[in-house]
Amino acid sequence: MTAGATYVPIATQTISGTSTTNVTFSSITNAYTDLVVIFEGATVAQVNDLTLQFNSDSGSNYSYTRIVGYGSGQYSDRTSNSTSISITIGSPGTQGHTSILHINNYANTNVYKTMLLRTSNTNYGPGAIIGLWRNTSAINAISISISGTTYSSGSTFTLYGIASA
Amino acid sequence: MANPTMTLIASNTVGSGGVSSVTFSSIPATYTDLVVKVSARNTTATLDCYINFNGSSSNLSRKVLYGNGSSATSGSGSDGYVIWLSQSSDTANTFGNAEIYIPNYTSSNYKSFSADSVSENNGTTAYQFLDAGLWSSSSAITSFTLYSGSNFAQYSTFYLYGINNS
Repeated sequence: MTAGATYVPIATQTISGTSTTNVTFSSITNAYTDLVVIFEGATVAQVNDLTLQFNSDSGSNYSYTRIVGYGSGQYSDRTSNSTSISITIGSPGTQGHTSILHINNYANTNVYKTMLLRTSNTNYGPGAIIGLWRNTSAINAISISISGTTYSSGSTFTLYGIASA
Repeated sequence: MANPTMTLIASNTVGSGGVSSVTFSSIPATYTDLVVKVSARNTTATLDCYINFNGSSSNLSRKVLYGNGSSATSGSGSDGYVIWLSQSSDTANTFGNAEIYIPNYTSSNYKSFSADSVSENNGTTAYQFLDAGLWSSSSAITSFTLYSGSNFAQYSTFYLYGINNS
């Protein structure tokens, strides 16, 4: 890779129809330093948060802290020993939602993996989330799921790679 | 390898005397997402900066969360209030920073966008401002304007980037 060849699109998925509940990026190589995931879209019903898992790990190995504003109030909460990380503030619902997820140093096998997220739920409000996956494995797959409803047609998920050199 | 992305589309540096607004027009439809990077300061005692799309201030709404160093507050509105910038009462030569991310700007769906900003100041109060914005329009975004609550100060900069997902 040439120096400066950064913010490289690795894969994108656009939802077609209204039956999809999971989007997975798999076979992610170690060619980059950091990963960025952009979600823009909606869900058919406003039910639950979108949740994130790495490498198909459904164990209680995730934790996250959120700070949230919902128009008439604000709060911060913390979830430990979770089986996934919430990456939205409330369910997206039908109105539209943008989430920008940064996963730094995703291939470093010496460290647990952390993430930073800015999420903008235009129905509920903005928030910021930090998350931890207690695993030293390189991240080679990212799954983003919704339960109790499905993604709306036209929703997009894009994975980018950021290279340091 | 897929083509590297995040391409500079246009930029604007405010000259002497300041300007009340900055417009990016004739935005090509060749990208997937838009990112706006701002370093700016208002010339009066206001943090305000608004956005409109395609020349229209209609159909805009927002939910926001902000902190001032001692407390956090959330709010909402039906307008294009999008970021906070440093103001004239802040430390001299200090410019606020902001990023506005607009995904799928050519989509026929409504446009959600996310904005983060800071209005730094060497004092007890400085602000962080998070915005969840929505433009309820099916039109592709071909232009947008950022306008100050007063004037953008000289040396304020605005950079518009396009991001491709393929």
